[in-house]
Amino acid sequence: MPLLEISHLKLDFVSGTYGARALDDVSLTVEAGETVCLVGESGCGKSITALSIARLLPEPPAQYGGGRILLDGCDILNASKRELVRIRGGVASYVFQDPATALNPVIPVGKQIRESLRLHRPEQATQREVIRLLKLVGIAAPESRAGSYPFQMSGGMQQRVMIAMALASQPKLLIADEPTTALDVTTQAQILDLLRELKDRLGMSMLLITHNLGIVAGIADRVAVMYAGQIVELSPARELLEAPRHPYTRALLASVPKLSGNGHRLAAIPGAVPKAGDFPAGCRFAPRCARARRECSESIPSLLEIEPKRWVRCPYWK
Amino acid sequence: MGAVPLLEITPMSLLEVKNLSVHFPVGRAGLGRTRQFVRAVDGVSFGIEAGETLGLAGESGCGKSTLGRAIARLIEPTAGTVLFEGQDLGKLKGPALREQRRHLQIIFQDPYGSLNPRMSIEDSVGEALDIHGLTENGSARRKRISDLLKSVGLDPACAQRYPHEFSGGQRQRIGIARALAVQPRLIICDEPVSALDVSVQAQVINLLQDLQQQHGIAYLFIAHDLAVVKHISRRVMVMYLGKIVEIADAASLVGSPRHPYTRALISAVPVLDRQSNQQRLLLPGEAPSPMHPPAGCPFHPRCADAQPRCQTEPPLLRALPCGHTVSCHLSQ
Repeated sequence: MPLLEISHLKLDFVSGTYGARALDDVSLTVEAGETVCLVGESGCGKSITALSIARLLPEPPAQYGGGRILLDGCDILNASKRELVRIRGGVASYVFQDPATALNPVIPVGKQIRESLRLHRPEQATQREVIRLLKLVGIAAPESRAGSYPFQMSGGMQQRVMIAMALASQPKLLIADEPTTALDVTTQAQILDLLRELKDRLGMSMLLITHNLGIVAGIADRVAVMYAGQIVELSPARELLEAPRHPYTRALLASVPKLSGNGHRLAAIPGAVPKAGDFPAGCRFAPRCARARRECSESIPSLLEIEPKRWVRCPYWK
Repeated sequence: MGAVPLLEITPMSLLEVKNLSVHFPVGRAGLGRTRQFVRAVDGVSFGIEAGETLGLAGESGCGKSTLGRAIARLIEPTAGTVLFEGQDLGKLKGPALREQRRHLQIIFQDPYGSLNPRMSIEDSVGEALDIHGLTENGSARRKRISDLLKSVGLDPACAQRYPHEFSGGQRQRIGIARALAVQPRLIICDEPVSALDVSVQAQVINLLQDLQQQHGIAYLFIAHDLAVVKHISRRVMVMYLGKIVEIADAASLVGSPRHPYTRALISAVPVLDRQSNQQRLLLPGEAPSPMHPPAGCPFHPRCADAQPRCQTEPPLLRALPCGHTVSCHLSQ
């Protein structure tokens, strides 16, 4: 049984009489020890999918309209508050994009890590364990750094502290939502290496959310590409990058400038990403798709397994 | 009578920056404390030819945005000169400065922050025309604005709308239309695509390239994404701690970087095909504070090849036979 199994998840954002479907038929699994990347542009629903796993979205406005999330055997959408408290941090820990806003600015980082320990492993809520965690995430001079405030640290160090805090509870699943987007490229490389190494060393699974396809290449076992609230392609990472099947994945890969590129004109995707509540009928990518036919805007295509382990939401992918 | 030495005649560059420095004071002086300075830009020199794109890459805090702003005198430089079409921008004042600056425009990173939310698109774009008195009457102004919007791929019928009604990519197009309004010869593009979605980023990059071909505008293209910089630029310049460490042709800089920092920067870029991701050079630590730059070469504390000499002697920018200009004692 996979560690995480999301099936046919539907999520609406409701306000008064207005409702907008933000996730539609999202199905995804993460096996034990596996790294899955969730890729997409802003507003495609990748972050709210991630937040749904521990039910961190405020309800209302969020409202689950169907589907199921099974995390470590727990039915998240029907779980009691107590079970959710156990799940949050205990089974799934989060690392967010901007460490500067995720950390408490007026509490030393060591104390913040100890808080996480007290909640999940009270018998080990010691300074020694804090220092071990800081050392684990590669912070130099952890004894003195434990007393630092977040503002005294660089962005890369703050993100390391966030990771230490997420690991304090010894989670089975680490959910990292754009963990390196706010960081410089050389720091990004350090943090990605750290995540990869820790995942293997601690035997965790990882769900990594990113808009950067280059990151996927270096870290993911499998990739799910999202567009307008749906998964449009789900595939082992290498196969997806070498031979993308869905027209959106293809267009996305073609539109990114590459270091090894030859300066030819970029193949831009016309138009803009649609917003939740404003998704086009039928295939949601059809208005921007170069290969769209009339049938495309008539009915929503379903996610089909075209080869073993490769799923594509386009009947005309050939 | 000896031969008169021939002056080397080079075609005049559109922009020539010589020894430009911007130092920001920090804290207070007095009571035995000396004033400290952040050396955001420290002795930078380069030139841009008409119609070319010079890329400027570097990590946050390296001074690339400050350099862009100091060129347009949005920040007053501490030292050095900026010659734009042969005129020293630092010596101009009032109407003369405004007239020169007309040909030098800036596009900013954040298309949400750089447009006035209470001005319609027509007024935002038209303001530039009004300031420089470029259109005679209302109908000429409307015509010009409509042409500008068309040239950046927006529907002229949108002219009466307000910024919040547009997506990020469209707002960036409006920013470009506003810069184009005054027919600039140089546009300083400060991270123009980094706030945009991947699929929209390519549209804006293509638009910038098309406009360059049509109007012969030169760009100083500032970005942290090396792949984007490489794609759009003819030459690329890399900054570290307020100093230029390497300038070279875009393809050559990425293909065979000479400065150890450029090498590390390029190897840190996540690439799509895993095979070519051969040897990653992970840089240890983080860039030091520009308030206390290290003695000698600013990169030496993180450099794997550093020699004793690098700790004391600051390297000068020098041209190598391969065409790269590098500030490193060890590069051959």
